Parts: sequence; C-alpha cells; structure tokens
Amino acid sequence: MNKKELLSLTAAGCAAALAAGTVTSVELTQTYLDAIEERDGEIGAYLTVAKELALSSAAASDGRRAAGKPLSALDGVPYAMKDNVCTQGVRTTCASRMLENFVPPYSATIYQKLNAAGCVMLGKVNMDEFAMGSSTETSYFKKTRNPVNTARVPGGSSGGSAAAVAAQLAAFAIGTDTGGSIRQPASFCGVVGMKPTYGRVSRFGVVAFASSLDQVGPLTRTVEDSALVLNILAGQDPLDASSLPHAVPDYAKSARPASLAGLKIGLPEEYFGPGIEESTRKAVLHTAELLKAQGAVVERCSLPLADYALPTYYIISSAEACSNLGRYDGIKYGHRTKEARTLDEIVTRSRSEGFGDEVKRRILLGTFTLSSGYYDAYYKKAQQARTLIMQDYAKAFEQFDCLLTPVSPCTAWEFGRMSDDPLEMYAADICTVSVNVAGLCALSLPCGADEQGLPIGAQLIGRPLAEETLYRVGAALEAARKEA
Amino acid sequence: MKITKEQVEHVASLAKLSLSEEEIERLRTQMGGMIAFADEINTLNVASVRPTTHAIAQKNVFREDGCAPSYDRAVMLENAPMQDGECVVVPRVVE
Repeated sequence: MNKKELLSLTAAGCAAALAAGTVTSVELTQTYLDAIEERDGEIGAYLTVAKELALSSAAASDGRRAAGKPLSALDGVPYAMKDNVCTQGVRTTCASRMLENFVPPYSATIYQKLNAAGCVMLGKVNMDEFAMGSSTETSYFKKTRNPVNTARVPGGSSGGSAAAVAAQLAAFAIGTDTGGSIRQPASFCGVVGMKPTYGRVSRFGVVAFASSLDQVGPLTRTVEDSALVLNILAGQDPLDASSLPHAVPDYAKSARPASLAGLKIGLPEEYFGPGIEESTRKAVLHTAELLKAQGAVVERCSLPLADYALPTYYIISSAEACSNLGRYDGIKYGHRTKEARTLDEIVTRSRSEGFGDEVKRRILLGTFTLSSGYYDAYYKKAQQARTLIMQDYAKAFEQFDCLLTPVSPCTAWEFGRMSDDPLEMYAADICTVSVNVAGLCALSLPCGADEQGLPIGAQLIGRPLAEETLYRVGAALEAARKEA
Repeated sequence: MKITKEQVEHVASLAKLSLSEEEIERLRTQMGGMIAFADEINTLNVASVRPTTHAIAQKNVFREDGCAPSYDRAVMLENAPMQDGECVVVPRVVE
C-alpha cells in the first residue's frame, strides 16, 4: 500500500492490514508522522508530537504481532489524544499557559487502557483552554483549522481531535465532552463522535472541567471504529468513583448495518425550530427519512424544557469549573508568577497570568452563582431544573428508543466571528448541552453538507447505557448514506 | 440584573483573580449579559423539585483498605515551580 492508501484506512482497516501483514505498525506510524510533518503546519491539530514514543510503541506492537500475541483488535493503530488527558512523561497543557510546562507524573486510566490495548499515541492535540469553548479559538497556543475549509473553525473544545481525524493525521482520536465538545467538532469536521453515558468511561487523570458533566469518548471516521475504541475505553475504574459498574458489551457487534425494524425514533420539535439553519434542518429531516427506509418508526415528539437546558448547563458547568480550577495556585505545579512577595500574591498573580479570558469569565460566573446570597437563585435552581430536564427525557424514552436532532444549529463558522459576544458562542451549544445535563449518551454522525460544502451532523440521543442502540442506528444510517 | 464594578471586584477577589480596570469594565458588561441569560431559569417553577447533583448518582463506593506505595517524592516535585529537593518552596506565611 502506498502512503495515501495507508492514511485513508479506517482504524478497523488499519487493524485488518496489520493482521494481514500488509503493513507494520512502524510503517503505519511513520507514515502518519510524515503526514503530520508535511501538513499539520497548515491544520494545527497537534500541540505535541510524541515521535520517539510513537515509534517505540509501534515497534513493540510489531514484536507482539510477530509473536502472534496482539493485545487487542487495534494493537498498533496510531491515534491522537486530546491535551487534557494526563500522559505520564508527555506534556499535558489543556491548551493553557497555566499548564504550559506540565509533564504529568502519572497517566489517566484511559491512556493506560489504550496502552494496554497496544494503540500507538502519535501526540497530543489542541483544544479550547481547559475545554471551555466551542471553536478551539480559546487555546493559548494556536489556531486549529477545519480541514474541510481552512478559513473555518474546527469546532470545540475537541477541535484538534476532530481536525486530526478529518485531515487523516490520526486513524482515530480521543476527546472529552462536557456540553458537546466531542459531538460538535465531529459535526463541523465531518467525522463520527460519541459522548458515552455519564460514568461509562473513567475520568481518572482527565483534567476536570465540570465533574458532574464530563465524559471521555472517541472521534473516528466510521461508526464501527467508534465502537472498537469504546470497547477499549469503557468500564468501571476503582480510581473514579463515578464510573459505572455495569458490564461492558462488545459494542462492535451493534455497529453493523442491520434492519431497524422495531425501533422507534423521536424527533423533538424544539430542536427543529427557528435558530436552526435551514440546510441543517433539511439534512437532519432527510436523515429521518433514511431511518424510516431502514425500517424504523420515526415520529415527532416534544421536550418542553429544552429552552432551559442552556442556562441550566452554563450555571452548573461554571460553578463546577470555578471549584475545579481552584487547585491552580502556582504552588505545586503549573504557572507561577515571577513577581510576588506573599502567598496571596503568588496565588492571585499566577492565576491571573495563567488563565485566559474565557476561563476567567467562567470562573467569575461560577463564583458569582455560588456566592452568598445567589446560591439559591442560581446554582440550587439549576440543579432543580436539571431534575425536570431529566424527567422530560425520561418521558420521551418511555415512547422512543432514541431521539434524532441536529448537533449544532449551524455549520462551522469563520475565525473570530463569535469571539466578541460570549453569549452568542454559548447559544451555539443549544442542541448538545441537555445530553450532559441528563447524563445520557449521544452519537454525532455526518449527515450532509450545506451550500458551501461544510459538513452537517445529526445527533442520536439514547437513554443511559444505550450506546448499543446508537451504534445500531448509526451503522444503518452510515450504510444507507453510502448507498444513496 | 445589572452587575456593578464592586460586584465584579468582590467575585474576582473570592476567585483569586486580579483584573485590570479595562478587564473589570469588559467583564462587568459580559457578566451582566450572562446573569440575565442565567435568569431565564427563574421563570421555571421548581418549588418542591428535588435538586440533582449527578444525573447517574452512585453512593457509598467502597473498597478494601490497603497499603500501596504512593508516588515518588522526587517525581512529584518535578512539576513544582520552586522546590528545594525535599519540599515545595513558598514565601513565609507565619511571622
């Protein structure tokens, strides 16, 4: 296989080629490293390329393969890691000046799992600072460009992950999703993004943003790849008390095209109203028709509290963020100011120098909503609204196996277009945040393009632990789109 | 709700952030907009609704108590901005 053919392989395709001996992991990894060297200057997906580590992991994989002892289906397959996942010995910045020189002394559980599966980490990819943003523009270090149209943002906060997969600079990537940060960049770049159920994947060693909302998941080229990667990531972890004890099924079994007869899919009308771009609305409704053709029953439904999800999300996530980011004090690790005489000055100046504008805004909003006199009006009320939003979904899931909505009200925007008014950027998360508020799983799938050729994503939302249903529907949809 | 300069300064001091005059003014306007937006939830009747802290809550996650080696001190100190090989160094806090 030539370089172009190798880079165009899905993760499953890489696995098959490695198993057949058509290519070695070292060849595959070197091909990716060359591609990063040649093309990432333009795309800007990577913050750190772990060249030597990747090649030595690949060589070890080839050794296991030769001995007939591969560690998993994806042993030897190269991937990109979001830079908020701690990787022992490899710099982990969260795209923040605060952690510019932070080299973690330990590894996140998911990194250990990917290592134990033999996957080859090519490097760490760009993101919004501390995962706060929807375009990767809040990164302290650099812009990441959308590979489909480099004048556009890749989405965020897992913009580097989505761009790396879309630009064929990694066979798959890992992202995190607090309010849409896997699904929306996947949608903007035309790849598949899975936000698993809250607790399905361990967050130990993943830098915390909003602890009651954060989840880790894969960004991939196909539904099958997504299932194969989730097989590695999912499962209970003694080091994350919020991880779920439920047995992990073989997701790849569900990710095969099959009839959707017997499945009922709901279209919540609140997600197709004004504010959703016409081309997006059309593409998602066309997706509903494809699902019907595969045998699913598709009906309109309602989530009356949808409008409250956004304020609820921003109050809860900012409150949790201000608490989580309290640990950055310039003492034990992270940025320390050069000019300070007292302890208080060290803390205040280090934080003020180390955090960017968006992070400061959210810390201040969170601190405000938790402060004396405002807690009941905002934070407690948001937690009560959260209960109602969950009930809204529970009611819908009495009738439907999953729900179909757009991922984003619009396609990828131009750089700078949203940076003047933070509220405008927040509003772009309207279709994704309620999933995190309710702890559900959701899959973002390419479903078309707008007049300018920019990808549009469809979102499938499932009840807790219904990842298999989403993969089943996703695989059928992917096959139907290929035929169409 | 209108946010005052004093409120921004108060919240910033709680959050241990120092802001320039220009930042305070910009954040005052932006926070006002964000709080007005957050106020939307105050149109929702939540009387007697139980608050949710975690969508999928777990309680009493226990494990057997056990001894295991912790991280090596030298390794943990490597990320400290100032250290003396044994401790993290900070300015004197007690006179």
